[in-house]
Amino acid sequence: MRLSAQGIGWQVHGHRLLDDISLETVPGENLGLIGPNGSGKTTLLRILAGLQKPHTGHVWLGEQSMYRMRQRDIARTVALVEQQAMASDRISVHQAVSLGRTPYLSPLRGWSDQDEAIVSRALHDVGIEHLKSRLWHTLSGGEGQRVQIARALAQQPGLLLLDEPTNHLDIRHQLSILKLVSALPITVVIALHDLNQAMDCDRIGVMEDGRLVDIGPPEDVLTPYRLHQTFGVHADMLDDPQHQRRYMRFRQIV
Amino acid sequence: MSMAATARPVLSLPWRRYLLAPVVLAIALMAGTAIGETVIPVDTILKVMANHLWNAGYPVDRIDAGIIWNYRLSRSIVAACVGTGLALAGVVLQALLRNPLADPFLMGISAGASTGAVSVTVAGLGAGALTLSGGAFAGAMLAFGMVVVLAHLAGPGGRGGVLQASGAIILAGIAGAQLFNALTAFIIARSASAEQARGIMFWLLGNLSGVRWDDVRLAIPAALAGLAICLWHRRALDAFTFGADSAASMGIAVRPVRGMLIATMALVTAVMVSMVGAIGFVGLVIPHAMRFIVGSRHTRLVPACALAGAVFMIGSDVVSRTLIAGQALPIGVITSLIGAPALALILIRGARLT
Repeated sequence: MRLSAQGIGWQVHGHRLLDDISLETVPGENLGLIGPNGSGKTTLLRILAGLQKPHTGHVWLGEQSMYRMRQRDIARTVALVEQQAMASDRISVHQAVSLGRTPYLSPLRGWSDQDEAIVSRALHDVGIEHLKSRLWHTLSGGEGQRVQIARALAQQPGLLLLDEPTNHLDIRHQLSILKLVSALPITVVIALHDLNQAMDCDRIGVMEDGRLVDIGPPEDVLTPYRLHQTFGVHADMLDDPQHQRRYMRFRQIV
Repeated sequence: MSMAATARPVLSLPWRRYLLAPVVLAIALMAGTAIGETVIPVDTILKVMANHLWNAGYPVDRIDAGIIWNYRLSRSIVAACVGTGLALAGVVLQALLRNPLADPFLMGISAGASTGAVSVTVAGLGAGALTLSGGAFAGAMLAFGMVVVLAHLAGPGGRGGVLQASGAIILAGIAGAQLFNALTAFIIARSASAEQARGIMFWLLGNLSGVRWDDVRLAIPAALAGLAICLWHRRALDAFTFGADSAASMGIAVRPVRGMLIATMALVTAVMVSMVGAIGFVGLVIPHAMRFIVGSRHTRLVPACALAGAVFMIGSDVVSRTLIAGQALPIGVITSLIGAPALALILIRGARLT
C-alpha cells in the first residue's frame, strides 16, 4: 500500500508542530522516522494513521484521499501501534488482539471462523500464542508491545505505523521487536530513537522542528553533518568489517 | 444442515443464556408484584393480567386486582426499566470515558433534574402548566446541554484545547452539577417550607410511589431504545478499551459515535430521573459488578447489565416497600444499603474473567 502525504502542517496555539511535510512510502519498505524529542514524529504518525486531520495538506492512501474515506476503511488499510497502550478493563491477550478485527465487523456481521483464524495467525506471527489467555495487565512491557503489534496485524493493514515501539524495553526485547517488524511483508513506518537501529531501515526520514529535513537510504542520510545539525552531537563512523556494516559512536559537542 | 446453522453463533454466547434473561425478568416482575404489605399469590396476578390484557373474565378480588394492576405491576415495570436504563448509561459512560467513577449522573443530569423539579414545585415555575416530571426533564436536558457546550469549549477541539476529551467531559460535568446543585439549594433555602423541603429530599433520593401506567409507556421505550443502541454499538464500546485514539485507529468514528452514545444515554437517564428521581448507586455499581461476573466484553456486559439493573431495582423497590411496615423508604436509600455490601462481596469473591 502506498501512502503519500503532501504539505502536511499542524499547529497548536500558534506553535507550529508540523510544517509542510511531504513524503511517500515505497510498497514493502521499512521507513524509519528519526528526530529529537518534540520534532513531531508522533504527531505526524497520528495524521498518517487518520487520527486527526492536518490543518494544511493532504494524505492519500493509494489513489484515494484519506478524508473521503470512512474511518473503518482507513483502519482496514493503516494500523497504528501507539507508544504506550493502557487498558481500562481486564481483558485477555486474545481479546485484545481480537479488537483488531473491529473494522471488519458490524453489528449484524458477527465473529466468524475466519476472524478467529486471522487472530490466531497474528498471535503466531508475533510469537505470543502462549500468552493467549493471559490478562493484559499482567504482561511485561515487551509482551504488551507484541500484543499491540498482533492487534494491528489482525487489522490486515497494508501499512503499519509504529511509534517508538522499543521504548522502555530492554535490549533483547528491542532487538526482537525490530527483527519482527522488519520481517513483516507489509509497508512499515517506524519512529525510532536509537540511530544505530535506524540504520537497518530501508530508508530514513529525519524530522527537525516539525520539518522533514532529509529522507533517503540510511548511509546517505546519517552523515556526521546531519547528526550535528539535527541532534547536536558529534558522530564517529566506525566500520565493522565482520558484519559489513557501519556503527555510529556519539560524543557531546563541547 | 445449512452453513449458517453450523457457523458460530452471531453473538459469541450460547443463545439459551439470552433466552434465560426474559424468564429471569418475568420472575422478578412477578415477585415484585406479589410481595408487599399483603402478599398476593402469583395465580391471582396472572388472572388479573389476563383480565386486563384480553378480557379473560376470571373472578378476582377487586381490591387485589386494583393493587396489582394500578399499583404494583406498573411500579415493578417502571422500576425494571429505570434499573436497566441507569445501568446501561453507567456502562456506556465508564467505557467511553475510561473512568471507573463515571455514572449516569456525571453529566449534571440529576443536578439539573432536581433544579427543574424544585423550580416547578417550590418556585412555581411554569404556573401549573409544567408537571414535576416535566420540569425535571427540562432541567436535566438544560444541564446536559450546558455541560456539553462547556466540555466542547474546554476539549481538544475547542478554544481551551488543553484537555483530553474524556477529561473535559468529566470536569465539565462536575462544574455543571455543582452549579445546578447550588441553584437547587438556593431555591429551597429561599422559598421552600419545611414540608416542601422534606418532599423534595424524598424525591431526590428516588420515589416510585407516584408511578402509573402513563410512566410505563414512557419507560419501556426509553429502556429498550437504550438497550438496542448499546447492543448495536457493542464493538465500538469494546474498541475504547485502549482509549479513544486506539478506537479511532481501529476504525471507530470516535467523535460522532461517542457524541451519539453519550447523548442517547443522557436522554434515557433524564427520562428515568424525571419519573422517579435521582436513584444513585445502580448506574455506578451494576456495571462493575457485572464486569466481575461476565467479563468486560460488551457483547455480554450490555445484556448482563440491562438484566441485573432491572432485577436489582425491582428487588430494591420490594425492600423499600416492606422493610418498615406502613412506610415506603426512598428507593435510593435501599439501593445503596443493599448494593454496597453486595458489591463488596462480588469484589472479594467474584473476580473471574470469562
